[in-house]
Amino acid sequence: MARIGVFICHCGENISATVNVTQVAEAASKLPGVTYATDYKYMCSDPGQTMIIEAIKEHKLTGIVVGSCSPRMHEATFRKVAEKAGINSYLCEIANLREQVSWVHPKSDATTQKAIDIVRTLVQKVKQDSPLYPIKVPVTKTALIIGGGIAGIQAALDIANAGHQVIIIEKSPSIGGHMSQLSETFPTLDCSQCILTPRMVEVAQHPNITLHTFAEVESISGFVGNFDVNIKLKARSVDLSKCTGCGTCWQKCPSKKIPDEFNEGLSDRTAIYTPFPQAVPNKPVIDRANCIWFLKGKCGLCKKNCPTGAIDYEMQDEIINIKVGAIVTATGFDIKHTDFFPEYGYGQYRNVIDGLQFERLASASGPTGGEIRRPSDGKIPEKIVFIACAGSRDKAKGIEYCSKICCMYTAKHAMLYKHKKPEGKAYVFYMDIRAAGKNYDEFVRRAIEKDEVLYIRGRVSRIYEKNDKLIVKGIDTLLNAQPIEIEADMVVLATAVVANKDAELLAQKMHISYDKHHFFSEAHPKLRPVETNTAGIMLAGACQTAKDIPDTVSQASAAASKVLGLFSSDEMTREPIVAVVNRMAPPQFTTCTGCLLCMEVCPYNAIEREEIRDRRTGDLIKVAAKVNAGLCQGCGTCVAFCRNKSIDLQGFSNQQMLSEVIALLNQPF
Amino acid sequence: MHKMTIQKYPDCLRLQVEQATKINITECYQCGKCTAGCPLNGDMDIMPNQILRMMQLELPNYENKILKSLSIWLCLNCDMCYSRCPQEIKLSEIMDFFRQKSLRENKVNPKAKDILKFNQSFLENIEKNGKMNEIGLTINYKLKTFNLIQDVRHAPSMFFKGKLRLFPHKVQNIKEIKRLFRKTISNEGGSK
Amino acid sequence: MKIGYYPGCSLESSSKEYSKSLLAVAEKCGIIPEEIKGWSCCGASAAHNLNHDLAIVLPARTLAIAEEQGFTEILVPCAACYRRLAAAQYEVTTNEETHKKVESYLELKFSGKIKILSVIEFLQKYISPVADQYIVNNLNQKIACYYGCLLARPKETSTLKRTEDPLEMESVLEKTGAKLINWAFKTECCGASLSVSSTAIVAKLSGKIIENAVASGAESIVVACPMCHMNLDMRRPEIKKQIKKDLDIPVLFITQVLGLSMGIPADKLGLNNHFVSTKKVISSIVKKEA
Repeated sequence: MARIGVFICHCGENISATVNVTQVAEAASKLPGVTYATDYKYMCSDPGQTMIIEAIKEHKLTGIVVGSCSPRMHEATFRKVAEKAGINSYLCEIANLREQVSWVHPKSDATTQKAIDIVRTLVQKVKQDSPLYPIKVPVTKTALIIGGGIAGIQAALDIANAGHQVIIIEKSPSIGGHMSQLSETFPTLDCSQCILTPRMVEVAQHPNITLHTFAEVESISGFVGNFDVNIKLKARSVDLSKCTGCGTCWQKCPSKKIPDEFNEGLSDRTAIYTPFPQAVPNKPVIDRANCIWFLKGKCGLCKKNCPTGAIDYEMQDEIINIKVGAIVTATGFDIKHTDFFPEYGYGQYRNVIDGLQFERLASASGPTGGEIRRPSDGKIPEKIVFIACAGSRDKAKGIEYCSKICCMYTAKHAMLYKHKKPEGKAYVFYMDIRAAGKNYDEFVRRAIEKDEVLYIRGRVSRIYEKNDKLIVKGIDTLLNAQPIEIEADMVVLATAVVANKDAELLAQKMHISYDKHHFFSEAHPKLRPVETNTAGIMLAGACQTAKDIPDTVSQASAAASKVLGLFSSDEMTREPIVAVVNRMAPPQFTTCTGCLLCMEVCPYNAIEREEIRDRRTGDLIKVAAKVNAGLCQGCGTCVAFCRNKSIDLQGFSNQQMLSEVIALLNQPF
Repeated sequence: MHKMTIQKYPDCLRLQVEQATKINITECYQCGKCTAGCPLNGDMDIMPNQILRMMQLELPNYENKILKSLSIWLCLNCDMCYSRCPQEIKLSEIMDFFRQKSLRENKVNPKAKDILKFNQSFLENIEKNGKMNEIGLTINYKLKTFNLIQDVRHAPSMFFKGKLRLFPHKVQNIKEIKRLFRKTISNEGGSK
Repeated sequence: MKIGYYPGCSLESSSKEYSKSLLAVAEKCGIIPEEIKGWSCCGASAAHNLNHDLAIVLPARTLAIAEEQGFTEILVPCAACYRRLAAAQYEVTTNEETHKKVESYLELKFSGKIKILSVIEFLQKYISPVADQYIVNNLNQKIACYYGCLLARPKETSTLKRTEDPLEMESVLEKTGAKLINWAFKTECCGASLSVSSTAIVAKLSGKIIENAVASGAESIVVACPMCHMNLDMRRPEIKKQIKKDLDIPVLFITQVLGLSMGIPADKLGLNNHFVSTKKVISSIVKKEA
């Protein structure tokens, strides 16, 4: 026998100003099955909650309906109240009288009637609620970090230091990411590698961290707490257990003309190589696409000269399988290159370079030993023009967003050049200066005031080569739109930050959302910046959107804390609003015919194929669908598609939905 | 140093331009790339990005300045600005609108008189013959501008190279052409 | 299938050599475009400067009568006419209201969807595929291909792939054995319609183009627009005065260069009608080895 309590909240004046809440409570009290109905000013407050608890106990209520704000706000609150009062928390339904009634209609009788109608339908629903219990899912306490840049490194260290196992995979031969390519970092002008390499070494030596470099994600399946990941360990052609990193192999390699990725094409490398001297692991890899042995079957000098016999041409790609409980995506970013700009030469002018190339020139371990030299002839430039917003904030080029870091690193580049060549002239063409971080604006002012970098507000329309120089046609909009032409020796474009070219593919493998620019989507832009909509997968760093190192490190630690929260118990609980395929006694077992249409349409891959077998003989009796409660998000798509209604949603069953509709239609509008 | 009070008013130039060309003037963020790449930036009196800024401010005296400027008549519709504008603003279409409005409201810059007269001579020539006739055009233009000596030395060599036709070659359906002119420019219909 | 031919006002008189050489090359390759009957001026820049509707309706007339005469493709060698016709086509095919208004002015119904071929598209589609059979000479020349504005912009009507550094003319001329140089002013404006009313400006702009071509090592400049040709060729005395340099680099139409390589005699290509002598180009012909 149902004994339902109805509690209508005034929500201050939010609801009561347009809805006659007393009338609603009165109408509710007359409904069949309703034992008690009342209204109160702030149902979510302590006294309000206490009132509900007391009412449940006094009137021996079997279910409650709370007419209040959106369930997104306080459903959890009132569920806890029900539990405290001794009834199952899923015997509590929320009638949204605020967002769906008082906030969208003017004060009138019709509005009050609508509130009454909604309460009536939910009373019908709650009468058919069954007690539900949170689902417990075991948690594998190992984390996978995809990406070995500063974001991945930070997250890994945080999780490993908390005592859990961490696996890092990095697709290039060494960890370090773009930060290892930088010469100095703003706003302190710290040497980038000096602050990064200690962390890289810590990661390599940490007892809780397993590092796989030259590796990529092959496939991911499973669900939060229980991911099943296949990782492809690409063939290095070098046995890491035997290699000592002596360097004999790449010193002997005759293939020396391969553009060096680490130096952004400004110099060449050999076919067997380590990316940079402080690489972790400091062991080489063979670039099979450019190695003479793999192309023509000749040479083999590295193998002949290796003192430990570590070179193995027969090595194959290997797939390993790991089980992890949480994944942190820290795959970083890429930048547009100079060929992206038709008006700046389509990349054909060697002295027009991008920001990362300038970093390599300025870096002591770079192709010019830290001297800023022109790529075309090695001369030191007397005049450098820096162009900010190259490609960013540009609807015509398809990149409307601001790349955030360029204003700062352009100031940094100009300063580095002036420090190395004080008599040189540096010009920055800018639109706005975005220097919002701590000590950031002071940094830019230092460039302008102390290092005498000339900042010109305006964009550059065209760059072309004339004799040995680059003619830069820009404008100073602050000086009465004065066109400005500069004969520069070198131009540095602060090109737009973009997602990695493989980002879309990876996101699809992981079933996480991404936006039109292929940056990965956070669960909520304000309140959940480090999680994705896929439970158990976190985001850290520039793969989510362009950001600088301080923000990246913060986000990485935040992602790590989410992982640690996940790992804080051996089991995790989930809401039981999940789909269930019916089961009954043999010989029927289930009405499900195994068409598996639900499996195809499930957006969360939460439905599996189950084989129902005879317990003794092992013969197959029937194939049916089975919902993985750990993954199911309760969207109900499968329920809609099921042809014979064998699958239903707990907490929102077909029967409940039908009785709600009937209840709604029973009264005239 | 006079104070400018900005008053947004319903019939401002910006709204007229937006209605006629469907271009959203607020999209311009004054980067100046248009002016930087304009081949005529050394000769214009108001720069292209300044013209947009003047419209954005909606100040009546600036709007007059635009219509009376030399810039709008120097603009060649080469579209260099449009091809480089990050916000894809088609300035050339806006310039066409300004030229037509400036002519209608009798605000053509005195320095642009020759350019205007050349355009008018050209169209009068087409209205009469359906195709352009150099001699007719030149005579008409010279009469309008009193610039009798210019280009005269080119004439003989042009004639001997077969580049000048002595007699106009009228198009067969000249009535159709005249009708088109009547329905559009002659009655000042067809202008935005 | 007949290709309609729309010479436009300039090709009938001041740039007659463009038409002559184009038709000669086409004929050599077995193509005879048919002149559209009763065609009239496209309005050029004067129309769009002074009246919006006239600027659409004049070129639309050409599209309409060409369609009426049964052409599915029309060849429009003048870049200015090409741009005006393409712009009119864009207006009538994207705005039904404009389409109806134009039809009422013209008293003629038309779809406006006829294919408009610029000279570059025409050469790429019809001449380049068969050029090998007809090319008998190599040109020992360093050529700078100058596109001008109207073929390259705006993006709605341009068919070039790289708007700041196009290579279509270069690929058409590759087979002539000439060396096509890389230079930076391929699509800078020559001064266009200010040729008569503001000759000083044209001298300045065209002067920059000629200077850059010469500085980049060009021995001749090739164009595909009669307005550009006039500004670079006929206005040479004014240019020389403006830049204070005595540059005699010849300016040829792309069809004249193609014609030379196909062995068509120079006078049939109108090469003696230029203001700046083209003798050096003509004498750079070398018969191709069999």
